[in-house]
Amino acid sequence: MTAAATPAASPATTGEQPGVRLARSRRNAELSLLLLAMVLVAAYGATVEATMLDTVTPDFWIPAAALGAVFLGLHLVIRFLAPFADPALLPAVALLNGLGVGFLRRLDLSDAVPAEREGLAVFAGTGGRQLAWTLVSVILAAGLLVILRDHRSVSRYAYTLGLAGIVLVMIPAVLPSRFSEINGAKLWIKFGDTFSIQPGEFAKLALLVFFAYYLVRKREVLSLASRRFLGIDFPRGRDLGPVVVVWLISLLVLVFEKDLGTSLLYFGMFVVTLYIATERVSWLIIGLVLFFGGAYLAYILGDLVGGPFANFYLRAEIWLDPFADPHNDGYQLVQGLLALGTGGLFGAGPGGGQPGLLPEVQNDFIFAGLGEEIGLFGLSALLVIYLLIVERGLRAALAVRDSFGKLVAGGLAFTLGLQVFVIVGGISKLIPLTGQTTPFLSAGGSSLMANWLLIAVLLRVSDGAHRPVTGGGGTARPSGGPPEQLHGAPTEVIRP
Amino acid sequence: MPELVITVARFGFLILLWIFVFTVVGVIRRDLFAGARSGRLVAAPRTLGAVAGQAAKPAKVKRGRAAHQLVVTAGQLAGTRITLGEAQITIGRAEDSTLVITDDYASARHARLVPRDGQWFVEDLGSTNGTYLDRAKVTGPTPVPLGVPIRIGRTSLELRP
Repeated sequence: MTAAATPAASPATTGEQPGVRLARSRRNAELSLLLLAMVLVAAYGATVEATMLDTVTPDFWIPAAALGAVFLGLHLVIRFLAPFADPALLPAVALLNGLGVGFLRRLDLSDAVPAEREGLAVFAGTGGRQLAWTLVSVILAAGLLVILRDHRSVSRYAYTLGLAGIVLVMIPAVLPSRFSEINGAKLWIKFGDTFSIQPGEFAKLALLVFFAYYLVRKREVLSLASRRFLGIDFPRGRDLGPVVVVWLISLLVLVFEKDLGTSLLYFGMFVVTLYIATERVSWLIIGLVLFFGGAYLAYILGDLVGGPFANFYLRAEIWLDPFADPHNDGYQLVQGLLALGTGGLFGAGPGGGQPGLLPEVQNDFIFAGLGEEIGLFGLSALLVIYLLIVERGLRAALAVRDSFGKLVAGGLAFTLGLQVFVIVGGISKLIPLTGQTTPFLSAGGSSLMANWLLIAVLLRVSDGAHRPVTGGGGTARPSGGPPEQLHGAPTEVIRP
Repeated sequence: MPELVITVARFGFLILLWIFVFTVVGVIRRDLFAGARSGRLVAAPRTLGAVAGQAAKPAKVKRGRAAHQLVVTAGQLAGTRITLGEAQITIGRAEDSTLVITDDYASARHARLVPRDGQWFVEDLGSTNGTYLDRAKVTGPTPVPLGVPIRIGRTSLELRP
């Protein structure tokens, strides 16, 4: 053990500067950022009321305070159960979520009769429902952090989760339309008229965990037993089979459910996880070629045969020239572009716009609605916040030491970023518009819940990544859990 | 409400929004560009990186480049590469090793590579069949030059720039 003593000290000395720096828990920074975020949410609410009601009601702060209380609860859970988690994630997400609730409440205000505006209850309307959903989602995220003490233990349930993911994706497709169709997309499970859930949002998480686990197990085979063709290494079919099958099933079902945005999301998630696992750029090239080829083919087929591709063809046509039919097909996109244009650099001010003109402003077009009121200046701040969240996720993926954690964190962070790109690109006419929720902003409990669970997983992985090494002599593991110590014990006993 | 108050609130909100963004960036500033310093996603052993940052480039060339990768040159995993960071690399059959080798002659926790002052040291963790640096058996922490094979059972590993 004498020889082992010297090197045992060496990682501590070599890793001193970055090690000590990373090992700081930074929970106080998180708390102050969280307070700042809640001040912003309250300020937004006050500005909205000042603009719309010409007065600030005495209880304008209640939504912000309710959100603040539940975020504080999550903060405490993190402080005790994930002390080394990333300090920027929670405040950034809390701000987006809070502004989303604020904007939805602002929509309720403009929908209400002027006389009733001042007395609008906290939990009334879309904004109130979103507030309630936020409380539930954050509690769920905290619960996940409590249950899940080490992200590697998820891998035990990887196959179960994979199966659950497929089932969740398929349920709306096989259900009769009256139980599953809203606005032409069969994505839902409806319980009565008031309550419906979107299982695809949760399937995303489950499938990603399955992909990550499977690719970690097969990584060696995937990168070694490959055939070189056209200068690109292709893995053997039998190694890749199960993943491709899962992905094809989910994709087929999604095409059947007429939801292009989500299928694009799954495709991107799949390609990027594969790229992270194998470190081969060829996957990105194959993915992009397949995607553009597929999109072009769907466009041509939609023009020639219609059928299941007609929807895509229509969307592409609207994208190419939204002003061709500004009152029918292109109405939504044109209104969105006009809203963004009206907003200009600094916007009309919170509460000063006309979001009522935008179809689906509480959902897909929330970014355009917000853009009209906070302008490019505010929208770019929101985009930077999204960018920071994704960056923190990728940073956690880089810092964590096990491949499963790397794949899960990298895949989740990328999926979140891709989702923002797909919807913001869609409403700003960069890419064809596909229905997609804006993470944390859009109204909708399923999306909010799934995204908060995603953040909980990212927090857990980043905690594992920055936790100082406490295990036995030979481990480079984030935590000195029992398995490592049991593994490590025999090798140390042998040494004379 | 007077127009002035609303205007102040409007722009105050936008400014506050950006203050929040910059505060977040300030909090994570230190590791935001942590990887960029060495120009890679995973940082090289730190001291050499620091040397490279200063005007000591000729000296660095003379000393040989820093090790950035651990490459398996022989054995079942031949061709596998690990990008070296600041963390140590554990090698063995145990599932949680950094490099899990499936070699009949390797122990569960066979050896580890530890960075110290920009130099990587190999150290045997009490394996049954021993670790060899080129032909010499590794008894204590031994500095590993670039391109010299570390042999573990039937597996050979090398540090590469």
